[in-house]
Amino acid sequence: MILGLPRGIGNAVFLPGLFDCPGMLCYKNLFSARCCVMHAIEVDGLTKKFNGFTAVDNIDFTVDAGELFGLLGPNGAGKTTTINILSTLLDATAGHGRIFGFDVARDKHEVRKKIGVVFQEVALDVKLTGKENLEFHGMMYGMAREERREKVKEVLELVELTDKADALVETYSGGMKRRLEIARGLVHKPNVLFLDEPTLGLDAQTRRHIWDYIKKLNKESDVTIILTSHYMEEADYLCERIAIMDNGKFVASGSPEKLKDVLGGDVVSLELEGSAGNLIAYLNDKEWIKTLAEHDGVLSLTLERGERRIPELVTAAQAHDVKVACVHLRKPSLEDVFLHYTGKTIRDREASQSERNRAMMRGRMGKRR
Amino acid sequence: MIIHRAAIYVLWLRELKRFSRAKSRVVGALAMPLFFLAFLGLGFRKMMIPGVSGGVGYVSFLVPGILGMSLLFSSTFGGLSVLWDKEFGFLKEIMVAPVSRVSIVLGRLAGGVTTTLVQGVLILGVSLFMGFKINTLASLPLAVVFMALISITFLGLGLIFASKMKDMQGFNIVFNFVIFPLFFLSGVLYPLDNFPQWLRYVSYVDPLTYGVDGLRGVLIGVSSFSVIFDLVMMTAMSLVMIFLGAYFFEKSEAV
Repeated sequence: MILGLPRGIGNAVFLPGLFDCPGMLCYKNLFSARCCVMHAIEVDGLTKKFNGFTAVDNIDFTVDAGELFGLLGPNGAGKTTTINILSTLLDATAGHGRIFGFDVARDKHEVRKKIGVVFQEVALDVKLTGKENLEFHGMMYGMAREERREKVKEVLELVELTDKADALVETYSGGMKRRLEIARGLVHKPNVLFLDEPTLGLDAQTRRHIWDYIKKLNKESDVTIILTSHYMEEADYLCERIAIMDNGKFVASGSPEKLKDVLGGDVVSLELEGSAGNLIAYLNDKEWIKTLAEHDGVLSLTLERGERRIPELVTAAQAHDVKVACVHLRKPSLEDVFLHYTGKTIRDREASQSERNRAMMRGRMGKRR
Repeated sequence: MIIHRAAIYVLWLRELKRFSRAKSRVVGALAMPLFFLAFLGLGFRKMMIPGVSGGVGYVSFLVPGILGMSLLFSSTFGGLSVLWDKEFGFLKEIMVAPVSRVSIVLGRLAGGVTTTLVQGVLILGVSLFMGFKINTLASLPLAVVFMALISITFLGLGLIFASKMKDMQGFNIVFNFVIFPLFFLSGVLYPLDNFPQWLRYVSYVDPLTYGVDGLRGVLIGVSSFSVIFDLVMMTAMSLVMIFLGAYFFEKSEAV
């Protein structure tokens, strides 16, 4: 492993093409107490305020080179704002973000060379063909003709759009546009790829398809991927590590398995009729219940060997004058993790977010005046 | 200041491709000035307009003005087209690329100047069939220079507004309170000598005044100022506008 090159004092030195893993090339690593691998992404204390409204609230995280990292949370949690800051489109109010050692606010040009972004909304020129969009991209990134041609051909094949390459993008379906954008994000061989809600608004089949591309991509190349999503199962399926974001803050992070383990054992949901107050007070004292959350008349408990506890739970409910309409037992999902940490389901959060978003829009428009 | 030539080229190329594919846009951009020419030219044909010297008919007086008008409209729209890119998300694709903001402005400028010049030359060509007579053919290159300077000036103006606006909603305000006054103040339709003195002073801050006057001087040999003075003023104004446009564009946020 190459440790680093002590060149120039005070500057991170990057020599493209000389070594395979650019993350190892910073001289700072020589003095670092950590291992020689620099993080692909380092974020500390990142905060973004829009006219008093805090969209991103003091978040810290690191992503290793080659990792597939997920930012999970409801709409309006601050995921896109985070991506916009890390991709140099927005300036943070406080804190720092670094991509392979380059500061996203100060070394914008270097950061831009290293990253590829697939934005949440379609960002294609629909009056150009698919191929022209990719060519445009390659030229903007200063690629030489031969290399560009080759890479454009390659990514078109990867996302199976070779046949439609010469059709205007306005004739593409939603899924095809998305695939084209993912392909475009790869044309200039970025070290870090941001995917902001890559499957938003797509049907289940197309979504599966795109998941497979993302997985394949992460496996076959050493590109670091950051993906945002508000689909829990998407993050669960794709990401090696996720951070759950809510109201601009990180509420939990770790591998999906680890996060689900926190809940411990199984999830038992009891659909109740009647006032559950006494029952909850009673169950709160039980040691074998790890977590307990009541939401919309549904009591969710996590406990080990749930199937053995169901009779006891039903009996306890009857004893407290609560009728049990339905009992459900399952393994915990990330949705439960979210509920555990925030006390709300993701859908509820999104409903209450709309007010927050309006506040944010007001904040942003005010700023422009 | 870093210039990325490949980026400027590809931004220019994109503009040209979009232009050549939007046939209806081209036809629409040509139709209005030609209608202006045809109907105003026919309608005022017999009239003696004070300030238009006897040897020059109204059509000849009108053609350079209509050219200026068409350049004013299409260039301001060209500058404002950043807002369309913002609306359709494509601006983010441009802004996230490792390309200096100056190069992005230059690329847009190159594309805008090219497409508006094509329109201007087409209008000039058609006007020849409507009875317009150019002074000498040798003056054509200088006319193109004036057209390019007008185009650059108002592309810059459009860019300033695009950088300050969030979406196309403010478009009508810009159109009614900026573009139209600039159009009327520049003396496209009538000689500025007929304005009361105070209004003439106002017209002196309108860049198009010098553009239209310069085009008249070059094409029909009649102008209020000297052609050299018009040229100097247009050059200065285009530089100021493009500098301001680039400055505000640099400051604006893509999201």
